[in-house]
Amino acid sequence: MYPEELEQIAITEREAQADIPQAVNVCVAAGCLSCQSQAVLDALNKEALARGKAGHCKVKGVGCMGLCSEGPLVSTSDGTLYKHVAATDAGELLDSLQHDPVERLRCPTDVPFFQRQQKIVLENSGAIDPERIEEYIAALGYRALVHSLTEMTPVEVTAEVIKSGLRGRGGAGYPTGLKWSTVSKAVGTQKFVICNADEGDPGAFMDRSVLESDPHRVLEGMLVAAYAVGASAGYIYVRAEYPLAIKRLKIALRQAEKLGLLGANICGTPFSFKIELRLGAGAFVCGEETALIASIEGNRGTPRPRPPYPAMEGLFGQPTLINNVETFANIAPIIRNGGDWYAGIGNEKSKGTKVFALAGRVQNTGLVEVPMGITLREMVFDIGGGIPDGRKFKAVQTGGPSGGCLPAECLDMPVDYESLAHAGSIMGSGGMIVMDESSCMVDVAKYFMDFCMTESCGKCIPCRVGTYQMHRLLDTITKLSATAKDVALLEELCDLVKNTSLCGLGQSAPNPVLSTLRYFSDEYKGHIERNQCVAGVCGKEPGP
Amino acid sequence: MSSRATVSAIKPVAPGHDKRWKIVDATMRRVGQNSRGLIETLHTVQEAFGYLDEIALRYVAVSLRVPLSRAYGVATFYHFFTLKPAGEHTCVICLGTACYIKGAPLLVDVAKRDLGVSPGETTADRKVSVLSARCLGSCGLAPAVVYDNEVAGKVTPDQLRQQLSQWDAHVS
Repeated sequence: MYPEELEQIAITEREAQADIPQAVNVCVAAGCLSCQSQAVLDALNKEALARGKAGHCKVKGVGCMGLCSEGPLVSTSDGTLYKHVAATDAGELLDSLQHDPVERLRCPTDVPFFQRQQKIVLENSGAIDPERIEEYIAALGYRALVHSLTEMTPVEVTAEVIKSGLRGRGGAGYPTGLKWSTVSKAVGTQKFVICNADEGDPGAFMDRSVLESDPHRVLEGMLVAAYAVGASAGYIYVRAEYPLAIKRLKIALRQAEKLGLLGANICGTPFSFKIELRLGAGAFVCGEETALIASIEGNRGTPRPRPPYPAMEGLFGQPTLINNVETFANIAPIIRNGGDWYAGIGNEKSKGTKVFALAGRVQNTGLVEVPMGITLREMVFDIGGGIPDGRKFKAVQTGGPSGGCLPAECLDMPVDYESLAHAGSIMGSGGMIVMDESSCMVDVAKYFMDFCMTESCGKCIPCRVGTYQMHRLLDTITKLSATAKDVALLEELCDLVKNTSLCGLGQSAPNPVLSTLRYFSDEYKGHIERNQCVAGVCGKEPGP
Repeated sequence: MSSRATVSAIKPVAPGHDKRWKIVDATMRRVGQNSRGLIETLHTVQEAFGYLDEIALRYVAVSLRVPLSRAYGVATFYHFFTLKPAGEHTCVICLGTACYIKGAPLLVDVAKRDLGVSPGETTADRKVSVLSARCLGSCGLAPAVVYDNEVAGKVTPDQLRQQLSQWDAHVS
């Protein structure tokens, strides 16, 4: 594959697209597929054929359009968006292409949910067919790779990423450029690049959507990274629970190999790189980098002490770069538009955009991408559309089992790495769950502790035993039979587990408890002193 | 040393004439017949047979030259692997945060009361297996349940009860 050939593919594809004035896009990402969008796609295809309009109107499946709660979503090339489309609506929808849109199915797009978003990672989601590499190439795909390989040195590529200020999107927020530069300077017989797609946080589905909607973007990011650090082989560690993402990744890998964008001497340069898929098997701890490496090596996913960091001694003892899906998805636009452009988005210490999976007790649930520094209030009330059923906002949870619950007084806080950490939560991978007064915060803390207890790998004692004991104490509180002493013990255990656990799972497991103790101490008090749960969740045994 | 050399020289024989062992053998060849391919191989076995039994674990362990304890350790460490065959129908209740907030615990109660099984168990007549999932990623449709690989969203306890009674005549 030479740059000229790539340009030719893009031109051919764009011409083919220009020949068909009308396009109907159906979301075939996991959210809409679970409300039968495949049937809608099939019905539209059938109707289009029956009408003999096949040449004038192109029906295709595309990635996630974001507003998952209103699915199945369908969009047309003039920008009209339809929600809750059923297979029986196909005929009416196609007829409407000639005149006015179908009002009864219309989903307004001039609302904050769409207007407040800024799409970089998701720029192609919902616009291109994720199973066709030509569409990605026509949307400027693989240009960043070609540009890096032919016009930049590895050091310049890394410098551009450093300049962008991009930080790891997996949760911890380590500067990506710095990581790349460490791996590029490390010495080894072979270097590896790993994409962490083991999205284990309950309530988070950003990586899954990116992989399902625009898999080539992740491959391109990995290729650029491999060139920058001097790696020759890569792995994508993806959850086995994401069959659709795996299927589309496999297709994408095959297409890229066929075009010579993966393999030996890419773009006629000495750079060679191959990527293999590795399936996770359902262990939350494998999101931790050393545990992930152990799992790729075929072992139980248990972490090991760091240092040495994977950048020095990682997979098979060699220098290894591990980044999250969303981090890799940011690379191509950074190389295309320059690090300065990216650094101009966001706020002082957190640059660029972040994809969030907005869910829970909020009007609009789905996938959103917003610039860093947006406030929680804007997220919940503008983009999320507020709390349904006239209920009252109680808390927003970020960062999954490693994060915390933030109350109404934190709503005006900007969403960035430092502010969230300061408030006792974390950015995490991007799950954002809104809760109203029907949720009991002690019960929520118990839910997350149950998660950490089950997912603890058992290697180090503070995490293995500590999470069990904390869960037992929380269980006593939710059964309304705890004393003040139990809460004191709980606090002590939080401190111990946080400071002495081996890996991130244990170190962050107390966060949901600590944040609820800090902001919702009244609820704990209510359970202990008045034997009362304000949300009415606790104390009850399941009724008939 | 000599005894070890002999052991590795003998090619293990598949536990039966079932054609599915050929698929397993192919995976093991692809991963280079070594311990690095253990998880990949177990995935293939589970995909082919539905679960991992002792016969399969012994065969995979000896073929990839890992101790049986390690194969068993890996198989039990990861939630995705199961050592028991599933029932005729499966019902996976998502217990991700969004589903939990929106009432998934009530669905677990329905399964417990109507079928007498907790997540991870199968009814005595092997009709229905109830499982729980960490997160299906269908948070926009919370609470979500997967009935025999079909995702259903915004499931109410009554809907779940209805589906279960269709599968299992014993449900009252």
